[in-house]
Amino acid sequence: MNYLDNIIFAVLLVLGFGYFFINIKKISRNINLGKAVDRTDNSNIRWKNMAMIALGQSKMVKRPIAGILHIIVYVGFVIINIELLEIIIDGLFGTHRIFSSLGTLYGVLIGSFEILAFLVLVAVTVFWIRRNVIKLKRFINPDLKGFPKNDANYILYFEMVLMTLFLVMNATDVHFQLSNSGNVISQFIAPIFTGISDNSLHLIERTAWWLHISGILIFLNYLYFSKHLHILLAFPNTYFADLNPLGQLDNLEAVTKEVKLMMDPNADPYATPPEGDVHVKFGASDVQDLNWVQLLNAYTCTECGRCTSVCPANQTGKKLSPRKIMMDTRDRLEEVGKNIDTNKGLFIPDNKSLLNDYITPEELWACTSCNACVEECPISISPLSIIIDMRRYLVMEQSAAPMPLNAMMTNVENNGAPWQYNQQDRLNWKNEI
Amino acid sequence: MSEVLIVPTMAEMLAQGKQPEVLFWVGCAGSFDDRAKKITKAFVRILNRANVPFAVLGTEESCTGDPAKRAGNEFLFQMQAMMNIEVLNAYEAKKIVTACPHCFNTLKNEYPELGGQYEVVHHTEFLKSLLDDGRLTIEGGQFKGKRITFHDPCYLGRANKVYEAPRDLIQKLDSELVEMKRSRANGLCCGAGGAQMFKDAEPGDKEVNVLRTEDALETTPEIIATGCPFCNTMMTDGIKNKEKEGDVKVMDIAELIANAQDL
Ligand code: SF4
Ligand code: SF4
Repeated sequence: MNYLDNIIFAVLLVLGFGYFFINIKKISRNINLGKAVDRTDNSNIRWKNMAMIALGQSKMVKRPIAGILHIIVYVGFVIINIELLEIIIDGLFGTHRIFSSLGTLYGVLIGSFEILAFLVLVAVTVFWIRRNVIKLKRFINPDLKGFPKNDANYILYFEMVLMTLFLVMNATDVHFQLSNSGNVISQFIAPIFTGISDNSLHLIERTAWWLHISGILIFLNYLYFSKHLHILLAFPNTYFADLNPLGQLDNLEAVTKEVKLMMDPNADPYATPPEGDVHVKFGASDVQDLNWVQLLNAYTCTECGRCTSVCPANQTGKKLSPRKIMMDTRDRLEEVGKNIDTNKGLFIPDNKSLLNDYITPEELWACTSCNACVEECPISISPLSIIIDMRRYLVMEQSAAPMPLNAMMTNVENNGAPWQYNQQDRLNWKNEI
Repeated sequence: MSEVLIVPTMAEMLAQGKQPEVLFWVGCAGSFDDRAKKITKAFVRILNRANVPFAVLGTEESCTGDPAKRAGNEFLFQMQAMMNIEVLNAYEAKKIVTACPHCFNTLKNEYPELGGQYEVVHHTEFLKSLLDDGRLTIEGGQFKGKRITFHDPCYLGRANKVYEAPRDLIQKLDSELVEMKRSRANGLCCGAGGAQMFKDAEPGDKEVNVLRTEDALETTPEIIATGCPFCNTMMTDGIKNKEKEGDVKVMDIAELIANAQDL
């Protein structure tokens, strides 16, 4: 017997999964560059959210057309990959359609895979049309120039090719067609190949089989470089999302300490700070100042642009785009990660930062904190939390708020109101007519 | 409106050894802004009519710190918060009602961790509860059959999921509630939040409040109702921008109810 095929297959498999795991480890290291934040509470609610939002896609159907098509592609993707198990066993042990001994059940399984593959083809074609022919606004927005724009199309082509290969593989499998069980779709493709010798048919079938498995491995490894990472990260991302009401911003603990000290009449203002008390940076100017959930958010973002399409600032022509906030954060995090890779595990300052080099103050100050983006995101990402952390840096570390905001804050400080009124006049309305 | 408003302060209450049922947090806009003061007074008239024992902090009230926090000044926010919490706790405040969704959100969600734990309700929720308990009756009066659209304040709606109380109240006026194409969780911001109220907008091709006013005008309303003094300002400005002052009024839910009873 010739074991060459099986060996090549095993090597392919090890390379494919090996490279994938290396990259996953890199992502996890990068996410861990973020600050600690505790999301271990309420695990029941968290599991439920994950089941509803990531698995159940509950927020996708808010836009019904995209939502339903997406569910088809998603279900198709997950279920057809059950096939992968058979392919791996066949490939490693030189068997052919090992599960066909299941009889009718096998037919039902493959039959449903074929239907799904066909539906996925349809859905992906509609997606392609939406992006490239109808040109929905959120897909041609300038956030998506260059790679991100092509990335989306590449994935669609990938899906088309993979699904076609799967169907061709079934259509050219003479045994499978003869058994006439499960070839729901492929029986209509098979006639294309009539008149071809059995040998050639077998060759086509084998080629489709090999291309199919190689394609899947390439796809797996392409994820890391693509917005399609969301098919994996959507799960942890929805699990670890903030559970508080959307209006609630976190209270910075470091500030609480200082404010308590300031307000404590017994505290000695001249006391030397306890040893080892280094200045903590307030807010965020770079990715390492964000917390790990915010960084996970950045890797999870699918660049769908739903957030940007509902953002009041963006709709009125301001530079702010919540999607761009997420993409910038991810791009900068990748840059920092590469820096660490080339410098043997250490980050060497590169005179760049998320603030200014990626996200400008103009974008940050345009946000109304309305939470429309957070509400809209189908996978529980919060662009707003990053915006607020960066504003905190601008104001508390750089005193770089727009002038009118400085005036407002001075008023709050001196008069207890954002305008120049005297606190003693607060009840005057009572006697005014 | 010759009737005098009865507005006791917490200090007066304490001097008489009394504790009000609810503390009315007036807020900066409600205290100082000419338009918002009318909302404050309308709400007080309803409270007086329903004989609700309430009190205000008066000159002891100070900004919750919301605009400072959203602008990024966590220091100023926490200083304001701790000062206010000290005052509120000294009076042993239990329940707070406010007509400002920004105060509402901050007091309800951001004060507890800093030591201020109260039951906080928005005035539309409070009015709804008065109604449910039979302490307040609402009749349509002048608003019977009027087309009213409700603009969801972000800090009431999306931020805290209060969508129904204001709508229930509008419907009690026997008026026709017409929804904008984006409402409730999909509502569009008026443009004031996140400290935008206190600064100029960044360069763009439109003002947010004008866009939102267009949403509202599409429903051809006679009245745009809101539950936030800042939304009120923004929508009023939007209506002026569209030169519709003659046709469309912008009113707070409290004003609708007070006016319907001729209070
Ligand atoms: S919270 Fe800010 S970024 Fe998000 S939609 Fe509202 S204005 Fe846009
Ligand atoms: S943040 Fe969410 S809504 Fe916005 S582009 Fe990313 S995935 Fe889409």
